Amino acid sequence: MSNKTVGVLGGGSFGTAVANILARNAEVFLYVRNPETIAEIEKTRISAGQQLADNVHVVNELEEVPKRCNVIFPVVPSSNFRELILQLAPYLRPYHMMIHATKGLDLQLPTQQSPDFSLTKEHVFTMSEIIRQETVVVRVGCMAGPNLASELSMGHPAATVIASPFNEVIQAGKSLLSSENFQVYSNSDLRGVELCGVLKNIIAIASGILSGLGMGENSRGLLVSRGLVEMIYLGRALGGEISSFIGLAGIGDLVATTTSTNSRNFTLGYKIAQGKPLEEAIQEMDEVAEGMNTIKIIKQLADSQQLKPLITETLYKILFEGMSAENGVNFLMRYQGNIDIDFL
Amino acid sequence: MSQDYVKKKYDPVVPGGINEWPVVALSRNRQEFVEEVATESIKRIKAQAPTREALIEEIETTVFREKLRIKRNPWAVDPEDDQAFLNTVKDRLLDISLSDNDAEKDERLDSILNDMVLRYSDEIAGNFKKSRYRMARSIVTFGFARLLNASRARGFWSIFSTQYTLQDKINITGEVDNLRLLAKKGTIVMVPTHFSNLDSILIGWVINVLGLPAFIYGAGLNLFNIKIISYFLNSLGAYKVDRRKKNMLYLETLKSYSSLAIQRGCHSLFFPGGTRSRSGKIESRLKLGLLSTAIEAQRVNYQKGKRDAREKIFVVPVTLNYNFVLEAPSLIKQYLRLQGQERYYVENDEYSTSYKITAFLLKFFTKGSDISVSIGKAMDVLGNYVDENGQSYDQKGRTIDTQEYFTADGRIISQNDQREVEYTRMLSERIVEEYLKINKVFASHLVAYTAFIILKKRFKKLDLYNLLRLPEEDLIIPYEEFKASFKSVLAKVHKMYGEGKLSVSPHLAGDTDGIIKHGLKNVGMYHAKRPLIRNRAGDITTQDLNVLFYYHNRLTGYNLEKYV
Repeated sequence: MSNKTVGVLGGGSFGTAVANILARNAEVFLYVRNPETIAEIEKTRISAGQQLADNVHVVNELEEVPKRCNVIFPVVPSSNFRELILQLAPYLRPYHMMIHATKGLDLQLPTQQSPDFSLTKEHVFTMSEIIRQETVVVRVGCMAGPNLASELSMGHPAATVIASPFNEVIQAGKSLLSSENFQVYSNSDLRGVELCGVLKNIIAIASGILSGLGMGENSRGLLVSRGLVEMIYLGRALGGEISSFIGLAGIGDLVATTTSTNSRNFTLGYKIAQGKPLEEAIQEMDEVAEGMNTIKIIKQLADSQQLKPLITETLYKILFEGMSAENGVNFLMRYQGNIDIDFL
Repeated sequence: MSQDYVKKKYDPVVPGGINEWPVVALSRNRQEFVEEVATESIKRIKAQAPTREALIEEIETTVFREKLRIKRNPWAVDPEDDQAFLNTVKDRLLDISLSDNDAEKDERLDSILNDMVLRYSDEIAGNFKKSRYRMARSIVTFGFARLLNASRARGFWSIFSTQYTLQDKINITGEVDNLRLLAKKGTIVMVPTHFSNLDSILIGWVINVLGLPAFIYGAGLNLFNIKIISYFLNSLGAYKVDRRKKNMLYLETLKSYSSLAIQRGCHSLFFPGGTRSRSGKIESRLKLGLLSTAIEAQRVNYQKGKRDAREKIFVVPVTLNYNFVLEAPSLIKQYLRLQGQERYYVENDEYSTSYKITAFLLKFFTKGSDISVSIGKAMDVLGNYVDENGQSYDQKGRTIDTQEYFTADGRIISQNDQREVEYTRMLSERIVEEYLKINKVFASHLVAYTAFIILKKRFKKLDLYNLLRLPEEDLIIPYEEFKASFKSVLAKVHKMYGEGKLSVSPHLAGDTDGIIKHGLKNVGMYHAKRPLIRNRAGDITTQDLNVLFYYHNRLTGYNLEKYV
């Protein structure tokens, strides 16, 4: 067993793209949950619409992956993340490394809530925290950046950030992922980088709303810059470092997702702006946009910590409290902004 | 008194007696060990300053800082030839710069480094002596016990009474049996909270009562200024930690000392908070230097193929709780003055004479105040709990092989300093978590907490410093208002106790008025100005808000504020 074999959990579009990138440097064991999907992949060598590299081996037994690989990349939606990690936990050992690529938050509410219950940091977890809680794995990292699966699969030049407090995790990630077309940057602020990936989804919904209302690029420039300030403001309160937000995983990813018209979050915003009620907009989409959940969680967290994130709160009103998209945008525009940047 | 306050007689853990203690072996070969420490330190220093230029710069910086220390902050315990020694180092460095033979330069440099490190190593090393240990042990036990009996049983003849022993006053609770079992199996690293200068002696006594062999432990060099304390500490196996010396040469020597002693199986104790908690809060951020040596020693043991529980290192958090801390007023004053500017802080020493300490001990033991020592669950160096056999378990009860934290690809045990830095940080977080759980809430802390939060809420708009300057007439809390808040916090504390989130003193049972009365009587009872009293009208007020703030701080970190 050496670092020349590597595991990927999750055969969705991003998981497949990651497996293919890794396949340039190592033998890859790709875990896919559904046996029918596996049969299909084995027949066609196509997963999530992408051609699989020859040295990607599809496995159905979860324990195969930690048995064969020291480094494992979980790439599954945040809603399934904890469940998967729990299933995997008995097979994991302290020498394993995990680098996840999931951008979302996990909410754990107490079974009995007192009437004065308020959501706090104790109830909200990032994916790396789930790994630390549920397994003996300590050498944990994440992969984040402007990595639109569709573009990765076409082999366009791109880059990612591997964040971990452990240099050896970053080194492992670098040696496994780097290639001609794919650069890897490092960051030791794991929490900050995870929060970047989570918070940008909020701004992506707002960006969709601007497009849906037919507004131009001036307004998007305003949104991206104010959105970044809000991300930093929230990210710092939740334990991230400012520097991560102005790096590739922060501003880099933010620009990519707010301008890409085919992201789920963008699409949700777009539909809302066109006057569709939330339920209808969701029904029209295949998967739930991660950003909607994030807005709910962040709004409650901000309330309990007495923070005032303007964009998130306005989006919350638009999505869940019946404010119209126009009124929301007007409110944001009328809001007296004074200082551009006050955190550097 | 609750069940867990049972007084027990513990047999010695090591059946062969004092001669078989690792610390005795260490002191028998003291000179050899000092040299081993120096050799190891030089290796580390050279790894950090790999070139000749870097090494010269490091030594020059050290000399400069040491000279400054001698000038600005000299202590009685400092050797008289410090200045002279540094001057010779300076001269020798000058000689090097004049030479143009590289080999000769390196040789001379090595010799300077060796002299400096050896000097540090010799200063740090403890001076454990069997005979002195035995004597100190009996003095502490006999002396304290006499004082106690004099105060408790009253009357002159009680001096000779054996009615009360120290264990009536000092309650040791928690995972005592496990600690004793593990001390036979592996090496213990005990990490207590630190509130008072008394802690060092107290914990030494506790270790002895529990039948454990003497621990080596890091005690602040300033404590050695005082002859009586110096005598006890030396004989109890203390090594010296000088917080004034922050240069790399010294710090590496200190870490080498600790790491090598642990590798040799010496049970070790240090206060990971570094200094006494000035704010009165339970340590929330630990110093990582000495803590990292436990992790390093574990890895070295594994690298040497020492795989069974005998060579495993167990970290045991301990909390000490007092109803009052003698130094509280001066500590809190320092905290308030120096908050945020720790760098400019000059280590001072309010315990400067033997007279003061004797007077303190007398008052301490005649004022009838309880002390509690809670022993936490033992963990491996990664913070996983271990059972009585030394086996580590994860949160779900699955066994863990600790060695696998140090392996690179499932097999090779690798040294990775950056990894160990991160492990140290993780371990420190686990220790802090454990502190909060085993910390015993005293009635005295709870009354202080409640009163201070009431005042804080009453003057919401004031910041801490303005709050502390409030005039006396604003500081009166009607008894009924106080009682209502106290009751609500108390209920929450009991609930958290049920959930295993903290521990409580037996005095927290019974009716509320009784608990409040007990708390008021005990909170900061030694101080001339009492932090909390009932005035003539029966209402609650304070004579010293700073000290009230200090005792209230003991319960920060539990999010109890909203229950007041």
